[in-house]
Amino acid sequence: MEVLIPTPLRDYTGAARVHADGDTLAAVLADLDRQYPGIRFRLVNEQGRTRPHMRIFVNRQAVFDLAHPLAGDDEVCIVQALSGG
Amino acid sequence: MNVPDDTRLVLLVATRKGAWLFHGDAGRSTWEIDGPHFLGHIIHHMVLDPRDRRTLLASASTGHLGPTLFRSTDLGRNWREATRPPAFAPVEGDAGRTVSHTFWLTPAHADQPGVWYGGTSPQGLFRSEDGGDTWAPFSCLNEDPDFRRWMGTAQDGTPNGPMLHSITLDPRDPNHLYIAMSGGGVHETTDGGAHFTTLLDGLEVVEGFEGSDPTFHDPHCLRMCPTDPDRLYQQNHCGLYRLDRPSREWRRIGRNMPAEVGDIGFPVVLHPRDPDTLWVFPMDGDSVWPRTSPGGRPAVYRSTDGGERWQRLDAGLPPRQAWWTVKRQAMCADVAAPVGVYFGTTSGELWASRDDGAQWTCIARHLPEIYAVEAALVDVG
Repeated sequence: MEVLIPTPLRDYTGAARVHADGDTLAAVLADLDRQYPGIRFRLVNEQGRTRPHMRIFVNRQAVFDLAHPLAGDDEVCIVQALSGG
Repeated sequence: MNVPDDTRLVLLVATRKGAWLFHGDAGRSTWEIDGPHFLGHIIHHMVLDPRDRRTLLASASTGHLGPTLFRSTDLGRNWREATRPPAFAPVEGDAGRTVSHTFWLTPAHADQPGVWYGGTSPQGLFRSEDGGDTWAPFSCLNEDPDFRRWMGTAQDGTPNGPMLHSITLDPRDPNHLYIAMSGGGVHETTDGGAHFTTLLDGLEVVEGFEGSDPTFHDPHCLRMCPTDPDRLYQQNHCGLYRLDRPSREWRRIGRNMPAEVGDIGFPVVLHPRDPDTLWVFPMDGDSVWPRTSPGGRPAVYRSTDGGERWQRLDAGLPPRQAWWTVKRQAMCADVAAPVGVYFGTTSGELWASRDDGAQWTCIARHLPEIYAVEAALVDVG
């Protein structure tokens, strides 16, 4: 499926939209990390939770459970809040 | 004598918005700027491996992305991200901890090439055996119930978070380490991390707290004399101290500082050859703790007798209305003679002295807030 990558993570992917496979959100993130080593830890912590300011949307709905099931035509969008200074 | 003939000095400057390398000439009088590296990343510490004089490690995070480390084996021309940065063990439920960033990096013993130690925020101790590419928790410390209690919570830490720092190795024995935690006190292991003992005797704590409990101790910076590993100096939240091993009793040498300046600060810097000479950068720790230069008049203070007497060194520094300070990793010395002393300020200025601190020159302005400055020798030719 297609995954939208936020600008702070495009140093890893080199592209705004990339393809990743998996039947859950966790599996898609694992596939992303296989293709782009290190990307997962920048957005998911060692306790398996998305980091503060990072959000993942599936078909425009915010999803926090990485076990969330996915179908092949789902749209996954990773978004980073741009708060700060 | 300046730096040794086939070497040059490089200053490694880590800031809130990136990293810079300042390459000095043979006389340490002009500096070639290389940077920014990692613009927009928070660089917490950047250290050159003195064992090969080539490998750089830089600890990075951003305001949003998770923490990582970058490695270079060609002095920053090319960087590669660490394969496995420091991370705590996963735990079911809500009790697991998360590394916010690696705060401190220390190359290990000279006989252990490729081995590094890292201290994190919140407090954690990690080790790499492959030049900083993969990291694993080190010792009992991260999960020990006593240590976990002494570490407190995020609410007990510094404004930049609670942290483990000052990983200090005995050059005579790779199994002998000191570490410090803000908060959580100073601890020593003599068996490579299998056990730790606290080193708190003689240290003061904030009035009203119990001094026997490591929870209430806030060491800001711990340093071991390069030529006398039995002598330690410590800049603490509650004063400046010296410890001469095997004694376990810290002595508050900061009592000898001028009363109007006090002995509060972040860094303490030691002479490369003389265990009696050290430099500190006092800050205002009164009332609400402005953490600025006392009276807006920044000055380095130097002792050449182990802290018995102190000399104010402010030649070249702003005489008034300068309200910055120097963080615990942002001041260092080189190994030349006379010694070069360097510091970076919270206002983004980099200052240098080529004469043991007697005269100061600003060598860079308008950098982001400086978190760390390290002086390292690199080979030339």
